[in-house]
Amino acid sequence: MKTDWQRKDLLSIQDLSVDEINTVLDTAAAFKQVGKRTIKKVPSLRGKTLVNLFIEPSTRTRISFELAAKRLSADVINITATASSIAKGETLKDTALNLQALNTDIIVIRHSAAGAPHFLARLLKASVINAGDGAHEHPTQALLDALTIREKKGRIEGLNVTILGDILYSRVARSNIWLLTKLGARVTLAGPSTLVPRVFEQFGCRVTYDIEEAIRGADVINLLRIQHERQRETMFPSIGEYTAMFGLNKERFARTKPDALIMHPGPINRGVEIDSEIADCNRSVILEQVTNGLAVRMAVLFLCSGGQMSEP
Amino acid sequence: MDAVAIERALARMAHEIVEADPPPEALAFIGICTNGVPLAQRLAVRVGAILQGEFPVGEIDISMHRDDLALRETPPAVGPSNVSFDVTDKTIVLVDDVLFTGRSIRAAMDEIADFGRPRRIQLAVLVDRGHRELPIRPDFVGKNVPTAIDECVRVHLVEVDGKDEVLLEK
Amino acid sequence: MKPLHIKNGRVIDPANRIDEVRDVFIVDGKISAKPPSDGVEVIDATGKLVAPGLIDIHVHLREPGRGDKETIETGTRCAARGGFTSVVCMPNTSPVADNTGTIAFIKQRTAEVGCVNVFPTGAISKELKGEELAPIGSLRRAGVVAITDDGNCVQNNELMRRAVEYARMFSLPVLDHCQDYNLVADGVMNEGYWSTALGLRGWPAAGEDVIVARNILLAEQADWWIHCQHLSSARSVELIRQAKKRGVKISAEACPHHFTLTDECLKTYDTNFKMNPPLRTERDREAVLEGLADATIECIASDHAPHCTYEKEVEFDLAPFGIIGLETELALSLELVRRKLLTLSQLIEKFTVNPARLLSLQKGTLSAGADGDVTIIDPDPEWTYDVEQSASKARNSPFHGWKLKGRAVVTIVGGKIVWQENRVS
Repeated sequence: MKTDWQRKDLLSIQDLSVDEINTVLDTAAAFKQVGKRTIKKVPSLRGKTLVNLFIEPSTRTRISFELAAKRLSADVINITATASSIAKGETLKDTALNLQALNTDIIVIRHSAAGAPHFLARLLKASVINAGDGAHEHPTQALLDALTIREKKGRIEGLNVTILGDILYSRVARSNIWLLTKLGARVTLAGPSTLVPRVFEQFGCRVTYDIEEAIRGADVINLLRIQHERQRETMFPSIGEYTAMFGLNKERFARTKPDALIMHPGPINRGVEIDSEIADCNRSVILEQVTNGLAVRMAVLFLCSGGQMSEP
Repeated sequence: MDAVAIERALARMAHEIVEADPPPEALAFIGICTNGVPLAQRLAVRVGAILQGEFPVGEIDISMHRDDLALRETPPAVGPSNVSFDVTDKTIVLVDDVLFTGRSIRAAMDEIADFGRPRRIQLAVLVDRGHRELPIRPDFVGKNVPTAIDECVRVHLVEVDGKDEVLLEK
Repeated sequence: MKPLHIKNGRVIDPANRIDEVRDVFIVDGKISAKPPSDGVEVIDATGKLVAPGLIDIHVHLREPGRGDKETIETGTRCAARGGFTSVVCMPNTSPVADNTGTIAFIKQRTAEVGCVNVFPTGAISKELKGEELAPIGSLRRAGVVAITDDGNCVQNNELMRRAVEYARMFSLPVLDHCQDYNLVADGVMNEGYWSTALGLRGWPAAGEDVIVARNILLAEQADWWIHCQHLSSARSVELIRQAKKRGVKISAEACPHHFTLTDECLKTYDTNFKMNPPLRTERDREAVLEGLADATIECIASDHAPHCTYEKEVEFDLAPFGIIGLETELALSLELVRRKLLTLSQLIEKFTVNPARLLSLQKGTLSAGADGDVTIIDPDPEWTYDVEQSASKARNSPFHGWKLKGRAVVTIVGGKIVWQENRVS
């Protein structure tokens, strides 16, 4: 039995069809089982070389991709650098060409510049997997979120999914918005108006600035990190104000549906987006998201390496 | 082969499996997805009837162990494998519907090795159509069907397709 | 220099309200009413358009300082190929053109290697920092035709006010690259649906509109000319339109990319679509076209901004803004005539009469005695733009591979043919 998967790269959810998304989720479900065996390894990518090119650092995602590749028997190299050290030394283009000269098969790239994976995919024969590019997309995160929802709720179509927090600067939000709307969920976005501009209504979402309205009737609540970096100083007054107005605290949690799932891409800011106890409660699937992340990444690596991918 | 012929072949194979004198406490069946699984279940039931016991049946999807991943046009669809018993020290009867090049069997044996170390593995196939590319031979065969390389053997089973039949197509 | 007889072309000379088939003579580098006696070189312009030499009032020649991107020599050759006999170059060189030495260098270099007329602009503020006035009077005497901080924009409204009042004394128009630094912040493309989808920082149209509005008010107060460069936003066009009705001394230009492309083009993250101001929505593009059609926008310019290939072959956020444009400008502009937004005469005005009047250049006409600058255009041929064949040192064009229609076939500066199709010069 074969799939119809034709891509050598995974750059964005926006490009994927519903069938392609389902292929990844079905394949991931199979790979999840490998993690339960004594020998947690299959030979599918034996002899392949994968490079984790993390220009924007991230321990969690990198470990997840590294483990996924190793469980598929691939050889893994980790390159971490800050954008400035790359800028002072080699350009991204030169780094990539050097990797190609070493016959790298797969490059997993995380970068603070949106479009960096597209830049590499145009340049290189290797498969390029987007592990997060600026504020643009984080495809494997949306896929693992979808797998988690599908496992717990049996479906995605028709569900009310609320995404709370900094949507404007969030690649996780964007990938999730594309995937959930493609699969027929009803997406509500909520947060401070400076971080959740109305333009997102053009993406098929409902936008609200009232957290009560956002979580009422939600089957899934996905909480995003608030990142209080320097350039965000103009966007909202303070973390304290955010928590008071939009944090998922005990009182608000009590008003959610009894079977609503609580999700978070991690790492969580306990006490900011989410009260500490809620993060640990039995409706929180935050840890399952991590397990599913590994399975999804194994599936993505398997699919993008399998088959003779013709040049697009 | 029609439904009757399939049942007769399975009945004979079950007797052959018993005749090979497997240790009853260490006997288990593993079917290769998709068609090998219902065949393994049927064999396990028949052998169980003869030996008055119940024997476990596992199922394995060999897609992750294929040797042709880079050569295919598109990647294979991958399903889960489910072997709930420990294979170590067991006599495993590995079951598939059609034996052709032998590569699926090689992949299956590699996968079983990931689960543990069986005492021995025996191969049972419903149809052997020849054209081996690896030194693999079956222990129990339903029917030998010599074929041309461009022909195709299709096995339909009640559990999967609603009816039992084996067809030879060009 | 042989006298030239341009024969049988359709002469479009908006300054003299001429649009008819007739001959043009150039003797001793000047347009002549009488045909020359002998030793004439004849150019057969049958079926072609003959216009006064076209003027591009917004070009970056990069010299002095960034000769790796472009030089006066290569930049002017580019202009000649594009059909332009005069270009106005911007002061964001290195060193900045905020001193008479740099202006003298530009003029000297042009005399040495330039093949078209180059009119330098001087800075408004020292080093384009927007803090102190540059020596505008001295720059005038050194020969600048306008002052501008292009590349940058004076943010301090008081300084801008004083600059305009001061420039008025020297009859120097002030050109402005309209950008509010705070609203724009680190934006790299137009803020809207596409910046949201692509995850790139957005540059709201208000970042341009706010400065256009400020310029209108200051021009009105000082009663002197401020020219808003490269308009890209619908609101800016509307503001200018209303201000002109009041008689304010405000003028505007538009670049071909802003009336041809939109922000959707960025969906492949190709840095050849990254420029400042950015490509905007379809609505903005249409508003720019309307502004050109109803003469709200009186000039078309290229904002030719060459960059080295390696500078553009980076992550989108890091790439410098700008594209080259001298060689595609005319064909893209002729589209406006084909789409019946402008007559040929109106289009030619935007490259001749209007820029000449704005900057008080003795150019842009075919009157007898005028400088022998002529552009001969063939509006019909379809050609494919191959950026690799460009005369520019740079290759940053979004139009590579485009099928274009119409081009300059002969460019004459001061009676000398500086570019002729199929002729090795």
